[in-house]
Order: sequence, then C-alpha cells, then structure tokens
Amino acid sequence: MAKIIAGFGTSHTPAIGAALDLGKAGERYWAPVFAGYEKSKAWMAKAKPDVAIVIYNDHVNAFDFKLIPTFAIGCGAEFTIADEGWGPRPVPVVKGYPELAAHIVQSLVLDEFDMTIVNELQVDHGLTVPLSLAYGQPKEWPARVIPLAVNVVQYPAPTGHRCYMLGKAIRKAVESWDEDLKVVIFGTGGLSHQIQGPRAGLVNTKFDTDFLDDLSRNPQRLVDLPPLEYLREAGNEAIEMVMWLTMRGALGDRVEEVYRFYHVPASSTAVGHIILEAR
Amino acid sequence: MANKQEAYEDIPGTWVFDAQRARQGYHLNQFLYSLMKAENRKEFLADERKYAQKFPMTEEQREAVLKRAWNRLLELGGVSYALAKLAFTDGKSYQFMASQMVGVAEKDYVDMMLKGGRSIEGWRSKKERGEA
Repeated sequence: MAKIIAGFGTSHTPAIGAALDLGKAGERYWAPVFAGYEKSKAWMAKAKPDVAIVIYNDHVNAFDFKLIPTFAIGCGAEFTIADEGWGPRPVPVVKGYPELAAHIVQSLVLDEFDMTIVNELQVDHGLTVPLSLAYGQPKEWPARVIPLAVNVVQYPAPTGHRCYMLGKAIRKAVESWDEDLKVVIFGTGGLSHQIQGPRAGLVNTKFDTDFLDDLSRNPQRLVDLPPLEYLREAGNEAIEMVMWLTMRGALGDRVEEVYRFYHVPASSTAVGHIILEAR
Repeated sequence: MANKQEAYEDIPGTWVFDAQRARQGYHLNQFLYSLMKAENRKEFLADERKYAQKFPMTEEQREAVLKRAWNRLLELGGVSYALAKLAFTDGKSYQFMASQMVGVAEKDYVDMMLKGGRSIEGWRSKKERGEA
C-alpha cells in the first residue's frame, strides 16, 4: 500500500531559486536561508520518498488568464521547466507518475473534488524552489512528482477548509493504491508577504509562528481561518498558506513536528519551513 | 449595478485581485503575459506604444504601462505576478517593483526587509487609518 509518511511545508520564493542557480547561496544575504534547509536535505535523503505530491501555485507562467483552474493536477510523464521571463531555471526536468496521478484524479472526482486534469504542464518556481530546498542540486530529482496547482492568484482562492478536505481525500486516494510507495506531500508558498501596493513588504511573525504551531497543535483553528484574515494580517500573497492545509489534511489526525525553520527576509518574503511526520 | 463593498477593500495599500479586477484587467494581463517571450520583449522595447496597441486594453491602462505607473496598474486590474514581467523586461527585480509601489528607493525597501519587514501595526484597516 502507498503511504503518505510526512509533510514538507516550505516557502517557494523565486529569489531563493535564483540565488541557488546563480551561485549566490554562500553570500551573506542568502547563507542563513540555505543553512536552514541543511537538516531538511538530510531528512529527505534518509526518508527517500518514492513520490512527492507538490501542492503549489503557478504565478501566471503555465496558466495565463484564458483559463483559471482552482485545482489542477499534472498527469503527464514529465513536466518541463517554465521560462518565467528570464530563461528557465537550470534544474532537471520533473518526472511525473501518470499511473498514480490518474488513480488520484479518479478518486478525487468521486470524492466530489472537481479536478482539472493537465496532461501538458510547465512548472514554475512555485514547484521547483521547494524541490531545490529539499534536494539541493542533483542531476535528477530523486522522486517522481505529482504537481497539484491551486489558484491563489485570483481572489478567492479555495478556502482553508476546502484545501484541508482535499488533503484528506488525497490521503484516501494514495492509501488505496496497491503498491508499496513512500509519499511525501509538499505544502508550499507563504509565509507572510505582500508584493504589491503601498503595503508591500509586510511581515507578521506572530501570525506565521501561530500558524506553524497550530499545524500540529490546533489545525482546526487554521481550517476555520477565513481568507480575509490571511489577506489582512499576513499580506495579500500570504493567502498561499492555504496550500499548507492540503498538506496537513493529507497527514491524518496525528502528526509530529520534527523540524522547523523561520527566517526574514528572502526578497519580500518571510521564509517558513516545517517537516511533519504522520503518526 | 454595484455590490456592497467587499470587506477586503478595507485593507490599506492593497488592491485585491478579485473577479471584478480580473475582468477589467484581462487584456492588460494578457499583454503582460506576452512579455514572457524574448521576442515579444524585444518588440515591445523597440516601440512600446506600437506593441501595446496590439492588445485591446483601455487607453488608460496603456498609458499606465508606458509610465510604469505600478499602483495605477494594480487599480486598473493588473496582477502583481503579471506586472513583474514588465519589471523583468526593464531588467528590474520584484523588489524594485515593490519599492516603486511603496514609493521609496529600492535600497530603502531592501533595508526595511532586512530589518524584519513592514510591521502590521497601523496597516490593518483603512478605517483605523482614517482613510475610509
């Protein structure tokens, strides 16, 4: 049986990817960010998941405004790296798992999640930066990846509750796949940040800390948190944090926090990271 | 016909990219999206107005593009991730664009972030700030 063993929550700030790609990871500005992920890379190397389900959002790269799917799942055999306007990141092509993705789609739709199926998908920093933070700079990504893109660009994003319930349905789908696989689910985006308007640069460390605490201590508070709270308290783009609730929902009732890292800033973002093991 | 004001319109210094703004900004955002391609960036930079004319956005939106009036572009339905492509076309960064929206020098914006970012205190509500 396939099993979701852990959640890997992390920010996906594009500047982190650029710093790594341009060889700036050792610079004073960036060194503390990458140092915060050394333990995570060791954890990943030990956990060796076969599959990573990555909950992320596209940033007007794969999807323009002709079509705006709320939940889209990548079912292809591979996903090429998007050119976001300065050339594609020099990272390996992302290999999919079409058979498992097809199974998950069927299970999710029957569980009343109306998924958009994407057979050809380019992935942007929202997906590749978390992979870089988890794995560094390998020649090939060590796990097969199922991308699950959530619309958080056009308001309203799906609610935290909806995202959490999607996570539960993903868990059910994975556990009904009859192959011994270890799966890690990534929740990406956030934490507090705003990159538009006169309020740009907002950081709310208390909001972020409470959020990280409550992923294990009191997830119900987060599930009930209205979208307005994220926008008002943590910044217009902080609504990305609802994607972490899909990760949390997929981990079952009991989790243990095994690692956490928090750092301000990466560009305009408060970087947050957590590893939760399912118990 | 107008709906009653949405609660998020009370957030200061922010234009939430909702369905109404998305509708208003559709052609503007498709123009910005086109700048992902190198050949389009080149064509735009060679004659900005001529290239912008190819997209049926409003003249107001087009003017704001030419002036890099970032906050006005947000108000007219531009979304930050698409606007960033205009900044990249100019060889600028996200942080540069954000500093322009805030109205400070890029260096001062970067310094603010290094010092922990903008505090939420005083930035929760237009009503609290006496702006509404």
